[in-house]
Formats: sequence, C-alpha cells, structure tokens
Amino acid sequence: MYDADHNRTENRVGQTDIKISAKDVQVYYGTNHAIKDVSVDIQDKTVTAFIGPSGCGKSTFLRCINRMNDTIDIARMEGLIEIDGENIYDKRVDPVQLRAKVGMVFQKPNPFPKSIYDNVAYGPKIHGLAKNKAELDEIVETALRRGAIWDEVKDRLDAPGTGLSGGQQQRLCIARAVATEPEVLLMDEPCSALDPIATSQVEELIDELKQNYSVVIVTHSMQQAARVSQKTAFFHLGNLVEYDDTEKIFTNPQDSRTESYITGRIG
Amino acid sequence: MTDATAGATPAVDPGRKSKSIITTDDNTRRRNRAEKRFQYYGIAAIGVGVFFLLALTFSILRSGLPAFTETAVSLEINLSQEQFDEAESKLLKTGAYEQLFVQALQQQLNAEGEGDVEVEEDAVGRIMGNVGSEIREFYLANQDQLGEPVTFNVPASSRVDRYLNGGLSRESLAESKFLTPEDLDIVDRLVEAGTLTNVIDWDFITGTDSGVDNPGGAGLGASVIGSFFMMLVVLVLSLPIGVAASIYLEEFAPQNKLTDFIEVNISNLAAVPSIVYGILGLAVFIQFAGLPQSAPLVGGLVLTLMTLPTIIISTRASLKSVPPSIRSAALGVGASKMQSVFHHVLPLAMPGILTGTIIGLAQALGETAPLLLIGMVGYVARGYPDGIVSGLMDPNSAMPAQIYTWAARSDPAFYEKAWGGIIILLVFLLAMNALAIILRRKFERRW
Ligand SMILES: Nc1ncnc2c1ncn2[C@@H]1O[C@H](COP(=O)(O)OP(=O)(O)OP(=O)(O)O)[C@@H](O)[C@H]1O
Ligand SMILES: [Mg+2]
Repeated sequence: MYDADHNRTENRVGQTDIKISAKDVQVYYGTNHAIKDVSVDIQDKTVTAFIGPSGCGKSTFLRCINRMNDTIDIARMEGLIEIDGENIYDKRVDPVQLRAKVGMVFQKPNPFPKSIYDNVAYGPKIHGLAKNKAELDEIVETALRRGAIWDEVKDRLDAPGTGLSGGQQQRLCIARAVATEPEVLLMDEPCSALDPIATSQVEELIDELKQNYSVVIVTHSMQQAARVSQKTAFFHLGNLVEYDDTEKIFTNPQDSRTESYITGRIG
Repeated sequence: MTDATAGATPAVDPGRKSKSIITTDDNTRRRNRAEKRFQYYGIAAIGVGVFFLLALTFSILRSGLPAFTETAVSLEINLSQEQFDEAESKLLKTGAYEQLFVQALQQQLNAEGEGDVEVEEDAVGRIMGNVGSEIREFYLANQDQLGEPVTFNVPASSRVDRYLNGGLSRESLAESKFLTPEDLDIVDRLVEAGTLTNVIDWDFITGTDSGVDNPGGAGLGASVIGSFFMMLVVLVLSLPIGVAASIYLEEFAPQNKLTDFIEVNISNLAAVPSIVYGILGLAVFIQFAGLPQSAPLVGGLVLTLMTLPTIIISTRASLKSVPPSIRSAALGVGASKMQSVFHHVLPLAMPGILTGTIIGLAQALGETAPLLLIGMVGYVARGYPDGIVSGLMDPNSAMPAQIYTWAARSDPAFYEKAWGGIIILLVFLLAMNALAIILRRKFERRW
C-alpha cells in the first residue's frame, strides 16, 4: 500500500490537511483521452473550485473522486486517487461505502420522486445511521437545516420533493447529500439551474459547509469561484493547467492559458 | 409578400413597408390550410376507426346475444305421493313422468284457452327432449316436495329456439325430420299461453362443451376455467422471468456484442408467429418432457414463451424512460446498484411494466393457434365441474380454442354459440384492460 504519512508531510499546505490526493490520473472514454496526467492535492475543510472551458474534463475528474465513472461502461481510469491516504481504487474498496463518505450534488437538481422527508432519510436509512424513528427525524432535521431549507419545508415534509422550486430542490439535494455524514462533498455546477437569489443561498451554504467538509465545486462562473473557494484548479483540454490559492489564480495567474480564460479570451 | 397589406396599411416610409399582422400573408395562409387539412385527415381516420368499432360491436352483439338465452317451458307440476309411487312402480319410469308432464302441459294450455291442439308425448320429446328423466331425478332427490306445486324450467331444443327467433322458417323445418308442422303448432300455442319463454341460459356461461349433436347444451364455463389456469401459469412464470431479464439487460449487463445479440433476438422473438410456439411446445413439452396433452399447464408454458418478449420489451422501455438522474442520485448517496434499481427505478417503471404485462396476458388470452397444436381444443368434459376444476394437468380447452371449435362445427346453431363465446372473451379482455388502466392510475399517483 501507499505510505500515507510520507505523503501527508510532503504535501502539507498551510495548516490544513490533505484530504484527497490524486496522482497521474488518466481517464479514457473509449479512445477519447479525457483527463491527462492530473495530479492534485485537495485540502480538508476547504472549498476547491474547478474551472475551465466546457468539455475540458472537470466533471469527469470530479466523478473519479467518488467513482461515479464506474457506472459508465466505456470509461477507464488510470493512476491513483487517495482519500485520507487510502487508495479509493483499491480492489478491496466498495464504491458504495466510498460514496457514503464522498457525497455528490449534481448539476441538475434530482430529488427522488418521494416526499421531502424520504429524500433526506433515504441515505441514512440504507447506511443504517439511525436506530429508530426519532433519531432519523433528528438526522433529517439537521440535514435540512444544514441545507438551509428547513424553514421552508418544515411544515410539509410529506410533500413531494419534486414539487419544490428549482432552487429549493437543489438545496434539498444538498441536504440529502450531507445527511449521510460525508467527509467530502462534490458539487458539479450546483447553481447552473438557479436564479441569483437561490445561487447566493447555495453559496452561503457552501461557505458554512466548509467548516465540516472538504468541498469541491465545479463552476462556470468566475465570480462564483472567486466568492466561495479558497483554492482553484484550472483545467484545459484534459490537463490541469494551474492549481493554486484562488486569490492568486484570479490576480496573478502563472499560465497564459489561465489568464486568457479568466479574462474571457478562451472558453 | 407585402402586396396584400399595401392597401390596408398605408406605408409611412415608402422605402420599407411595415407588415401588418392583422391581414394574414400567403405563406401563413398556406400553412394554416395545411394544418386544417391535417386535422381533417386525423378526424377522418378516427371516424373510420370508430365506425368499424361500432359495426363490429353491433354485429357481435346481434349474433352473440341469443347464445345467452334459451327458450324454456316453465310449468307448474303438483305431484302427489300416490302419483310418485305409481310412477316408480312402472317398468318405464321416465315414460311415466313424461306422461305426467304432458298432462300438466295440456291442462295449462286448456286453462289459458289455447287447448285447441293436442299435446302428445312424441311431440314433447321432439320439442324438449327427454323431460321425464329430469323430473324423476328432481323428485328422487327432493321427496319432501311431493304434494306441493313445483315449477320446472325445461329448455326447448335449439331448433325451437331458432324457429322462434326467426333463424329457421317453418318451410325449412318441414323438410327436416326433426320437427313436424304439428309440433310447431304446439310451440306457437305454448308461446301464446306464456308457457314457452326466453330465459337466460346460465349453462352457456358456466357449463361445458356438448357433443356435436347438442348445440343447446354447449357452454363455455369449462374453457373459462382452462383459460384461467393458463393465465395463472403465464403470470406466475412470465412476470418474474420477464422483469428479471429486463432489469438485468437494462441496468446491469455490460454493453457488448453478446447483449446486443440477445437484444436483437428478443425483438425478433416478439414477431415470431404464434403457431411456431405451438409446434415448439408440442415438441418440447409434450413429446420431449412428457407432459400431458391438452393440459392447461402446457398451454400456459407455450403462452409464457409467447408473452415473454412482449413483457421484456415493454419492461425495458419503461425502465429506459426512468430519467438517469434518478439513478445517479441514488448511487450518489451511496445506494448500491440493486438498491437504486429496486428502491427508485422499479417503482417509477411499475405502471409501464404492469401495463405491458397485462397487455401481454390479454394477447395470450386470445391466442388460438398454439393451442390447436397442443390439443387444447374440442374437448368434451366429463364429470364437470369436478374433473376440470381439479387442476393444471387435466385435459381442458381454452376460450378461444373453444370458440374456434364451435365455429368449425357444421350445425349452424353452434355458430351462434361461437359469437356468444366471443362476447365472453371480449368481456374478459375489457376487464383486463380496465385493470391495466386502474393499476396505471394507482401507481402514477405517487408522482
Ligand atoms: N459519458 C461519457 N461518454 C463518453 N464521453 C464522455 C462522457 N462524459 C464526458 N465525455 C467526454 O469527456 C470529455 C470531458 O467531459 P466532461 O463532461 O468532463 O467536461 P466538463 O469539463 O464537465 O464540461 P462542461 O463544463 O460542459 O460540463 C469531453 O470530451 C466529453 O465528450
Ligand atoms: Mg460538466
């Protein structure tokens, strides 16, 4: 296995721990080489933004972190991704267990066609996080509060989750993702379907979530990346071009491609 | 294009005329006409469909409804203990009862003022068959009814039936030896006296097929039970097998040449003529596996083979129609593949699966050709109902096969039975479709 301690000491940035560490990751869709040689260390209790032009592989890389790419037949992954020093592509790792630890929020809000309560309770139920109904109720309430949607739905937990507005649905999905007590939260363009008000609600939420989680967010909005993230990774044509503190990326990018992208010349 | 509008709206700027939207231009008008025309085509198509449907319904009902009724003589007989003992002491016991019946009949005609014909025993025999044994059996079983008036309903022969509802004329009957003109006089008098009336023929619904010489006694009940057993077999086998196969193919199987091959072949199987399944069933289930001929079990197995592709195709279609985002949502919170399928995908696909299954079953219910090959046809049940209700392995027929048998018989009286059988079959099919709709509604309620 991998020497975790060695890895940690070497990659320590600032005072925060490395949560996710990727080494030489390659992803192929059939013959299409979608991710090329990406190595990146993502810190705990930090918001990391992935930016880059459409089709550059942000979603693909994000899906590698919770092995959602396993569900795509033609996708093939090489390299190493570790969470807390454990190789998540190890043969002994059950992707189901991994996904309980690494939650995901999708681009399009996708609540289950069930009640709001059941949406949130589903994850804890299948992972056996609650011993009884009272505990489950508590988990659901906590998750909905963290999702900043509790006040809006507390009187209609039996109503279908699909009956909420787009922004509410997305916050419900976030609540659903945090209900399973993940340690990492992956968000693929979580605000692309939301209006500015809902977007700012979700952004506030992300800011709070970073106290407990390592959050990785894919976004097309430069402003959003600048607002919510502490670290930013710029992808281009499958390569990780630049990865640094958000402030540095937006004020003083090292690579010319990064500069062109954030100033709107490519993408 | 703007010519048409020129008169109506004076152009302010001579260089560029602004188009009015009040007057429609040529292009729009052409488009609207095409749209109207298309709507008329649609309405005409629906009209043709409805017309055929109505014509079909009308002709089925007209030809089939008489099968549900029979003409029967209802006659009140009051048999005393002495008469009973005397009849039982005779050599020809049923003959004695028949005499009593004839006497009672004559009395009733006289009382109604229609006594100008003489009812004789032979004529009664021709009109109603052997009434004596029926009366005797009743009194042997119910001796406590002696001395009290009892009303007997004795069905008339199918020829009388058809004479009365206009199917057979006096002239054509005169040529045959079954009924004499004097018999028909008696029949006419009986009708006028209100003794011979139309009653519902419950035997047609609950009874069993009769011999070729007795169309009046033929019933569909036995084959309804046969069909029921077959549908049971089909449902129990094809629903789990079909759904499991579809779920595997749709959700778990890798996309490769083998699964493509299987997919193509399932579609092909759905198009295979049903008679091919029949001969396959004959070869495999009867000749090779040694299952009994004419058994609903074999019929059910054959129909299962036939129904499976339909169920698989419709189940896969409804699984496909479940948005992939639901699957990723479930996987995303750490559900296993199976949990995502059974907790989320399957419930959403349920209405489609059920509809497909019921349509498959309805198809199987109406299937005749394969049944002909495995011998589920032309069966005259003995010992009914005990012999048939007992199970899957006893020889039986099925509704469509029974209808086919009747239609193939030479006596035109069976023709009416065939139409009647079709009505019963259609009632079952309509009930199944209604069930499909109800289930669909019920499951779709859950968003
Ligand atoms: N399921 C898939 N099957 C085949 N190819 C895929 C699949 N998903 C992504 N790709 C390919 O991988 C490459 C990267 O796609 P990806 O979705 O990761 O881009 P992205 O950066 O998320 O783009 P966007 O910003 O538009 O979401 C693209 O060339 C795309 O065509
Ligand atoms: Mg993407």
